[in-house]
Parts: sequence; structure tokens; C-alpha cells
Amino acid sequence: MKKQFDASRKRYTLCILVQDMPGVLSQVARLFSRKGYNIESIVSGATDRPHITRISIEVMADEMMIEQIAAQCRKLLPVLAVKVLDSEGSIHREIALIKVRTEDRDGREEIIQIANIFRAKIIDICRDSLTIAVFGTPVKNDALIDTLADFSVLEIAKSGTLAMERGADTIYQALQDMD
Amino acid sequence: MKIRSTQAILECLLEQGVDTVFGYPGGTILNLYDELYRYRDRIRHILTSHEQGASHAADGYARATGKVGVCFATSGPGATNLTTGIATAHLDSSPVVFITCNVTENLLGKDAFQEVDITGIAMPITKATFLVRDPEEIVPVMRQAFVIAASGRPGPVLIDFLKNVTAPSQMVEYAPVPAILQGDRLPEIRALRRRLSAPQPDEDDISRLLELIQQSERPFLLCGGGVVRGRASAEFLAFAEKLDAPVAITVMGGGGIAGDHPLSTGMIGMHGSHASNTACAECDLLIAVGCRFSDRIATDAATFAQQAKIAQIDIDQSEIDKNILTDLHIVGDAKAVLFALNARMEQMNHTAWKEKIFALRPAEEAAPSGGNLTPAQIMDTINRLAPDTTIFSTDVGQHQMWAIQSIHFHYPGQLLTSGGFGTMGFGLGAAIGAQAGFPERRVLHLTGDGCFRMNCNELATVEHYHFPVVTVVFNNGCLGMVRQWQNLIYGKRFSETTLDRGPDFVKLAEAYGLRGYRATTAGEFEAAFRAALDGNGGAVVDAVLNMDEMVRPMVAGGSPVTDFLLD
Repeated sequence: MKKQFDASRKRYTLCILVQDMPGVLSQVARLFSRKGYNIESIVSGATDRPHITRISIEVMADEMMIEQIAAQCRKLLPVLAVKVLDSEGSIHREIALIKVRTEDRDGREEIIQIANIFRAKIIDICRDSLTIAVFGTPVKNDALIDTLADFSVLEIAKSGTLAMERGADTIYQALQDMD
Repeated sequence: MKIRSTQAILECLLEQGVDTVFGYPGGTILNLYDELYRYRDRIRHILTSHEQGASHAADGYARATGKVGVCFATSGPGATNLTTGIATAHLDSSPVVFITCNVTENLLGKDAFQEVDITGIAMPITKATFLVRDPEEIVPVMRQAFVIAASGRPGPVLIDFLKNVTAPSQMVEYAPVPAILQGDRLPEIRALRRRLSAPQPDEDDISRLLELIQQSERPFLLCGGGVVRGRASAEFLAFAEKLDAPVAITVMGGGGIAGDHPLSTGMIGMHGSHASNTACAECDLLIAVGCRFSDRIATDAATFAQQAKIAQIDIDQSEIDKNILTDLHIVGDAKAVLFALNARMEQMNHTAWKEKIFALRPAEEAAPSGGNLTPAQIMDTINRLAPDTTIFSTDVGQHQMWAIQSIHFHYPGQLLTSGGFGTMGFGLGAAIGAQAGFPERRVLHLTGDGCFRMNCNELATVEHYHFPVVTVVFNNGCLGMVRQWQNLIYGKRFSETTLDRGPDFVKLAEAYGLRGYRATTAGEFEAAFRAALDGNGGAVVDAVLNMDEMVRPMVAGGSPVTDFLLD
């Protein structure tokens, strides 16, 4: 039987474990640009294992394309493991920093209240602006940003989305034979 | 033991059994060439006219011999001149280690003279690239590079050494391989090889394929480049004969099965034979070995082998379900998978199906004689006069298709052609590489006048090293394949494809110190070709053809393989 691929475009997160070496991030990223895909977000950072970096790339793609990119990614020499996560079987978190202009005390109070509702933190404050840090799912963070649209938002920075499988399974189970 | 870093580079080449390298020196790679001078009795360096020629020569050497080719070039333009050759090797899975040198550490990233980020440029067209900034990395990187190039699906690797790393004062620790066997480094290499090598074929998958074969009444077998690269022709032949089915080759599969084998139906795809393309459309089981179903094979993916279950045997997992969705796939080395299949396979019999397909094969008859020289007459003469073991290199276009349609290749590595990347100008360099690998064998370089003009500077290399390479120029005074499309699809608007200009190829050959011949009739061609083969050293035969000769049959891109635009 030929494999059936879901042809609809969905949000996928590709989690990639790589050996920490120069050029590896661009090696991975070019697989997306080659196919004309826009990376929605990319996060790279350390793991619990020495010299192993985890790259999380969020992309809108169809299943066949994401599987192909994953297969090509596995061929890259520094790549140790690749996992394709869709939104159902995994948890996603990002951090957003939002700088808002505050015209007066009332406005400031209102923004602080909204931040509290979203369990966001005020991490910087001065007379005419304050900066909110929010940690949560991308959906929640976007909801906060939407709510703040009534105010004068000066600057937003997002961390990009980190993703991990639900349950006890880990990406390490996909580690290629490296001994 | 401490040795100079450049010595370590060359010792690592010797470890790998390298005795021939191709290249071109320059400023940043001077230290390595200085060391090469000391090693000149153990490593032969072939100096080409241009780095591109060296890249194709190393590639051709690798394709012909099955060993890893090696190519040197300097930084900047030297390195970028390699890129077409690197991409050519990459698309056709040819194992070549490219070694370049870059500016010194303190100049890196400062747009220094002849500086370029070649590891960045080469990233998408190699299996791996290394920028070596630390002399102690030289030995492990060199060893890894050869493992990477040759293991699993072969391909090119590029190593860029900073000039300071190769300075004569740089001493590095080097232990010859036997000593290292007891050390802790080689296990790393072993692990790398294990990781990169194809997995053992899955016995359940083998069983499933055998089941499909049992159920099939109209099986069809496709011989791809994997059979050639994997040197699996013996296993492939045994499998084909047990399957008792028509067998087609892809461009890269030429030499995987003898072209005159009774089961052979010739090429498939855009210029595939009626027999091959019809078998593809009507079969109920298509087994593709080492083939990635490129758009030149599966001209229309939606209708490709529509009635068939498709089984793909490939060494590269990422080729599975890439261009064509498969019903079954076996990831593994062609030789190992076919061996496992053959061990459990019964003799099948598909006489009726075979007869139906074989009836579509054109009768083998001599080309009509007389008149102006035709491609068929050239191919006839070559088939009659070239020794059986002749290695053929081609360029790209009409002459390439005529050659692969008409010449019966008998062994892997006999046909050197740029199938995937379609690099005009590949042939002469590749021929030089093949001749360097097989000094005793006849090497024929088939080219067109457009392709030949691109890299004919390598005639100087042919002459200097006394390579008896014979070049046959299919000279139709135009870019024949492009003109063919203009003739058929672009309303005969021959935009910029007419090559009504010099040089005179006979005089050109003579200018390079080679023999040149011109032929305008079949008789003249035979005389010229005989003379070219018989004389000493290289020669060029300028075979003058009609402009509007076409490659037949032809299927337009995007059409089903049986929708012949030309019969």
C-alpha cells in the first residue's frame, strides 16, 4: 500500500539534536529555504547532554514535505536525532517580551491588571513605558498581545517555540547509533 | 610521532591508497604543493588547465575505478571553480574528496585576497564540509572525509585548510593506521562508517517483495545508478534472470546490466525506448533498484507506472517516497538487498508479457549508408570498432542520449556521464580521470560542439600526460538538444542556439599538439575514427552533422511516458 500523506498545511515543530559544531544551524536551516519554506521560528540551545544542542524549528508544511525535510535532516552529519512533532502530541512554550508605552498612571494600572490575568510579569518599568515578560503557549502569548493592541505597543520580541513530546517518551529514543 | 601538518595530509592520502590526485596550485595551497614535491614519487599529481577540469577528472576517476577521487585547489576563484564539479559529483553520488586551502586565521572573514567562504558555498552540494583551523584536526578530519565520501550513498566531501594550519612549522601528532588500531581513534572512524553505511536489508521486507513478485504477472525491472555505484551488476543480473522480466536502464544505470542482454529494453524516460516506456505504463509490478525517479524518468509523476505496485530498493532513506510514492521499499545497499532476494527467489517465467514488450524493440539493423554523416552511422562505427572494455565519457545533450541509446555498456564504470546535474563540459575532464585510473584501457570522449567549447582547454592535459583519449565531436553547429526543443515546442524560434563560429576543431587539436580529423560522410568517419584509435596519443574527430538531427523517441517533460512527442 502506498503511504497516505495528509496534504493539508499544518503547524509542525521539528526537534533536532545536533553535535555542537560550527555551521550546523545553517546546514539545518537551508533544508527549509531550499524548498521555499519560511521558518516560523527557530530556537537553538543546550541540552542535558554535553556537546549536544537541540534545535526546534516551527514551520507550516504538509506532511509529505515535513517528512522529507526530516529525512534529509537525518542525513546531515552532525544530526543525531530528529523528531517531527505536531500540535496534538506535544507541548509548546515560548517567551515574549512586550514593551508598552504608558501615558499616565491609569493606563499603567490597566496594563498591569491585564498582565496579571495572563500571569505575565512586569520586568522593567519607567515613567513612560513598561516591559512585560510572558511565558506560555504561543496561543496564550498572542492573546495577551492582542489584548494590548488598545495600548501603544513599542516593541515585541519572541523567543521562538520550544516543543517536547507529552508523556515519558524522549527524543533520545531516536538517537542514532553513535558509539 | 610528530610530522609536518602537510605531511600528515599526504600521509593520510597514502593510507587511503591514493596514488593519483588532480588539481591546480595557488597562493594559499602553496605549502601543500611544496610537500607534494617531496611526495612526487608516491603521489602523482595531474595538473589540469582549469580547476573545473580537475574536479571532473577526480569525479571521472572515482566513477571509473570505484575508488575515492581526490582534487586540490587554492582559495577563492580556485575553490569556486570547483563548484560545478562538486555539484556534478553530488547529484550523481560520486565519491570525491575536495581539498582547498583558505587564507590564514588572522585574515579570515576580512575579505582578504582570494578569500571565499567555500565551506558555506559547498554546503548544499556535498555530504559534508570541514573548515580546519586546528592542525590537530587534520588527521581525524582527513580520515573521516574518506569514510563519509565512500560510505552509504557515496558523494563529495570538501575540506578547507587555513593556510596557517599548513605552515611548514606546524607539527602534528601522526600515528600510522596500524598503530592507531590499538588506539582510541579508529573506533571512532569505525563507528562513523557503521552509522553512514546502509542497514542490512530487512528480511520481512524481502519476504514482502518476494510475495509481490509471486503475485505479479507483468513485472518490470529498473536498473538505476545504485547498481553501478554499488558495483552490484552480478547480483542484478542474477535477479533479473530469475525475475524473467523486461529490464530498463536509467541514464545513471548504464553498465548495470549488459545493454545487449536478452532482457534489456534500453533506456527509460524522456528519451526512453518504446519498449521500456510501454513496459512502465503496463506493468503490474515495478521494481526500481538504486533509482530516485527523477523528472527525466518519471516525466509525469501522477501517471507513472499507474497500474503497478511500486517497489523501491535504495540505499538512501530520504529517496523513499520523495518523487514517487511506493508500495514497498527496502533501504539498503543494492548488492546486499539483491543478494538476499536472490537467495530466496524462485525462477519466474513471464514469456507472454516479455514477448509483448520485446515486440516493441526496434530491429537491430545497420544505419543506412551514404549521404551526409548521421548520428546513427557514428554510433554504428563506434560500436563496431571500439574495444569491448572501452570507457565512454559523454557531455550533455543529444550526443549523450544517442550514446546511451545505442552503445551496449557491459560493466559498471564503463559509462561516465553527468546524469543528474547535466553538466556540459564534464566529459573531457572525466575522460582524463578515467584514463589516469586505467592507462591500458581505451577511453572515448563523446561530446557536442557546444559542450566541447566549454572545457576543451583540457586538451592540453591530454597532450601533456600522453593520455590517448579520443574525442568525437558530434558537430551539428548548434546546441542540438535545445534546438530540438525549439524545433518541436518553441515554434522554430532558434534563439541563441546556433553556433556558427569557430574554432576549427581539427586545427584546435593540432594547436594542442594532438591529431585532428574531420568527417562529413560515414566513410570518412570510419577512416578518421580508425586513424584516431590507431595513432599515438590523443586525437579529436570532428564529425560534421546536420543541424536538425533529433533524438528519438522523445516524451515532453510533464507528459506521461507513453505520450511520445516524437516516435
